[in-house]
Amino acid sequence: MAAALINVPKKAKRGDIIEIKTLMSHIMETGYRHMASGEIVPRDIITGFTCRYNGAEIFRADLYPAIAANPFISFFTTATESGKFEFEWIGDNGFSETASATITVE
Amino acid sequence: MHRPPPTTRRQFLGFASGALMVTLRPAEATPAMQSSAIRQVVGEAVVRAGKVKLDIPPLVENGNTVPMTVVVDNPMTPDNHVKSIHVFNEKNPQPNVGNFYLGPNAGRAQVATRIRLADSQKITAIAKLSDGSFWSASVDIIVTLAACTEEVI
Repeated sequence: MAAALINVPKKAKRGDIIEIKTLMSHIMETGYRHMASGEIVPRDIITGFTCRYNGAEIFRADLYPAIAANPFISFFTTATESGKFEFEWIGDNGFSETASATITVE
Repeated sequence: MHRPPPTTRRQFLGFASGALMVTLRPAEATPAMQSSAIRQVVGEAVVRAGKVKLDIPPLVENGNTVPMTVVVDNPMTPDNHVKSIHVFNEKNPQPNVGNFYLGPNAGRAQVATRIRLADSQKITAIAKLSDGSFWSASVDIIVTLAACTEEVI
């Protein structure tokens, strides 16, 4: 069960610099913690995040266990045309989630 | 007459505290691991101090979630922009924190996220510019409650 929270302005003027905020719910288990029995809790993290704007990649991140649980990432882009932002998270154990948001550029 | 092997109180305590040290010692990265991780990103290039601003609270109560913002003071144009931002730590089990790849359309070279810190340590952010130069900033952070690498669940 995973859920993404995306914050993208609904409208922008052409050329505006806009902030995009994303949050994906995920445990981000580091692989460095032990259970009471002494066994290591296996690593389970999101390893990669990508954002595409009308198909073109505008931002990408490699994540490591040092990223806190429920990874929050914010970044900027220039509003060039109306369209769609697509977000993708991939991770351990075949984790893969997508989300999208639309923007109107005037 | 049978005598037990002579073990003084001092020897015993020394041994016991030694064992305790070993069991409590977390697997942690070292400044050497941090610099080798940095070398993997920058190669032989010179990393200069400047341009990068690393915004993290200097005193952190809870190492499990520490807000961090990296801003690079550089224009974002097709011929002169920030290509990527890399963040490294000194004392977590692994020296990498995250790599962030931007494009010339980003408008502003700024990323924010939340990180984990297993100990009081120095965090370094390095920016790679489109001309191939590297710029960095470091911040020393004091963590009162470390991220739980040792906690038993």
